[in-house]
This record gives sequence, structure tokens and C-alpha cells, in this order.
Amino acid sequence: MAGLTGRMSTVVKAKVSKLLDRAEDPAETLDYSYQKQVEQLQNVKKGIADVVTAKKRLQMQESSLQQSVVKLDTQARQALSSGNEDLARTALERKNVAQTELQGLDTQVTELEEQQQKLTDSEQKLRAKIEAFRTKKEVIKAQYSAAEAQVRISEAATGVGEQMADVGLAMQRAVDKTENMKARADAVSELEAAGTFDDITALGTGEDDIDRQLKQLSSQPEVDSELAKMKSELGAGSGAPAAQIAPPSQAPDASASEEDAPAPPSEGGQG
Amino acid sequence: MIVRISGEDQYLLPDDAAEKLHAQEQAVVSIVEGGREDDFAEAYRALFDYVRASGTPIPEEELESSDVILPPPDLSFDEAAREFTGEGLIPD
Repeated sequence: MAGLTGRMSTVVKAKVSKLLDRAEDPAETLDYSYQKQVEQLQNVKKGIADVVTAKKRLQMQESSLQQSVVKLDTQARQALSSGNEDLARTALERKNVAQTELQGLDTQVTELEEQQQKLTDSEQKLRAKIEAFRTKKEVIKAQYSAAEAQVRISEAATGVGEQMADVGLAMQRAVDKTENMKARADAVSELEAAGTFDDITALGTGEDDIDRQLKQLSSQPEVDSELAKMKSELGAGSGAPAAQIAPPSQAPDASASEEDAPAPPSEGGQG
Repeated sequence: MIVRISGEDQYLLPDDAAEKLHAQEQAVVSIVEGGREDDFAEAYRALFDYVRASGTPIPEEELESSDVILPPPDLSFDEAAREFTGEGLIPD
């Protein structure tokens, strides 16, 4: 059979025979196969551990970015209520970048979870096969002549070998995906190291290199609309601080998006 | 015949399933070769639907080798395309 399955079958069978071709003596086949099987099981466990490590790293980054989002949002509000719109915009740009990264991380954590599940399933299947092989080899040893045993053992070993090759494939795919995730985690780390999500109050008013880059990274319409929304919330004046709000000329559409402002708790809510 | 779905289980299919399987596989192959990514998912899934519907799963403790090995069902179009250019799923 040509095409996809043909290639899969050929490659797997080649792997299986590579696993088995070392041994000619039946007893050696038994021991060698079994030893290989147990090694492979250890590899799978290590593969699962690697996926979990990669996932944890992404999750830590997620929680750190979530904190940045909250912090930058607060700082944008503070800047806006003290009339510093430029600083508020800077904070929102940073928040926007952090949120975009968060979404990407979230997708990847989900994908790693799927990989982890697949590898765990594969490990169980391989474990079942190895256990069956272990039982079978004792039976074969006890019941058959050397020549007959050779045939039966290589049949059984081939069956397990195929499972091993299949688990190897699942591991390879998981490793590839984990590598991609690492690249993403590294990119987020670089943004963090560059101070992208730092405290903007340490920044002063001047625009630095990071901010010029962030302007390109962050989606400006989103920043604009969030700034407008924030203005309207502050303009709505619920518990407004003493600081002077920006003059109305800078916020022409402030009243247009009032539905986003926190609703007053006056209407008879929960009964 | 015994068919393995990579990453899943082995199935026992009637011997005449080979022909049907081959036809379905050829459909996938021509989709990939034609670069018709939109048609890939459905045709590819049909391959597995057929195996699962017409075969019976072989218990995990059986040590049988397969006549045909299907790639993982979650293979992407790009991965499938790479299969044809020789850069296979399983590196040597």
C-alpha cells in the first residue's frame, strides 16, 4: 500500500526489525527485547515529565503576566485620573501586549495538556504489552523446543516492538511541540527581561525604546478604545478621586461608551 | 487483516477491507498532493471512521503485528504533506 500508510508501515517495521535484529539466540532475544521494552517505558516516563515541566513553565509565565495586566491596568487608571494621558496610554499598550501573550500561552498550555494525556495513554498501552510479553516468554521458554521458541518469541517481540515504535512516534511529536512551546516561553522571557511589563511609574514621562517597540506590537485601536472606556469610567465619577480629570476636549466620546462603566448597585438585584 | 491507528489501538478488519482502505487513502493522498487543505480533514477522518466502524479492537495484551499502520488521527495537513516529501513522521 502506497502513500501515507505505506510509508508509516515501512518505517515502523524498519524500526521494529532494528530493535530485534541483534539477537539470534532465543534466550538472548527474550532478554534483549525485554530490556529494550523496559528502557522504552522509562523513556516515556521521562517524556511525560518533560512535557509537564514545559507546561509548568508556561503556567508560571501566565500567572506572572496576569499580575502585570492587573498592575498595568491600575497604573493606567491612576495616570489618567491624575491627568497624565500619555502615561496611561503607555501602560495600556503594555497591558495589551501582555494580554496578547497570555492568550498565546493559554492555547499552548492546552496543547501541552493534550500531549501529556496522549503520552500517558501510550505509556499504559506499552505497559500492558510488556506485561503480556513477560508472561508469554515464560510460557514459551517452558513449553517449546528451541527452534519453535525462536519463531514464537520473535512474533511476540515484533508485536511489542510495534507498540514501542508507536510510542516513540508519540514521544517525537510531543518533543517537537514542546520545543515550539519553549521558543514561545523564551520570547515571553525576553519581553520580561527587556522590562516590557515593568512598573511604568519608574519610567518617568519620556518615551523610551521599549515603548516605541511596544507601539508596534500592541494593537492601537484596542488601546484607543480601552483608553476611551477608562476615561468614561473615570468621568462617570463614581468615587472619583480628588485629582482633576482630563478636560472634556480630550475625551469627546467619553459618554458614548458609558455602558461599560460599572453599574451602580441601586437596582433591586439579588432576591 | 490487522490495522493499527498510530497512537491508539489495533483493529481486526475483514481481509476485503484492504481495498476499501486503499481507495480512501488514495483520496487523501490526492488531496494532499493537490494542496487542497480545506478537503483534507474530512477525507482523513473518513479513513479512521471506516477502520473503527468495520473493525474490532484487538485487546492490549495481544502481541500481534499489523498489516497496515495508519498515521496519528490528529495529523495536520502540513505533517501529511511532509510525509510525501520524504521527511517522515518518525525520524530515522
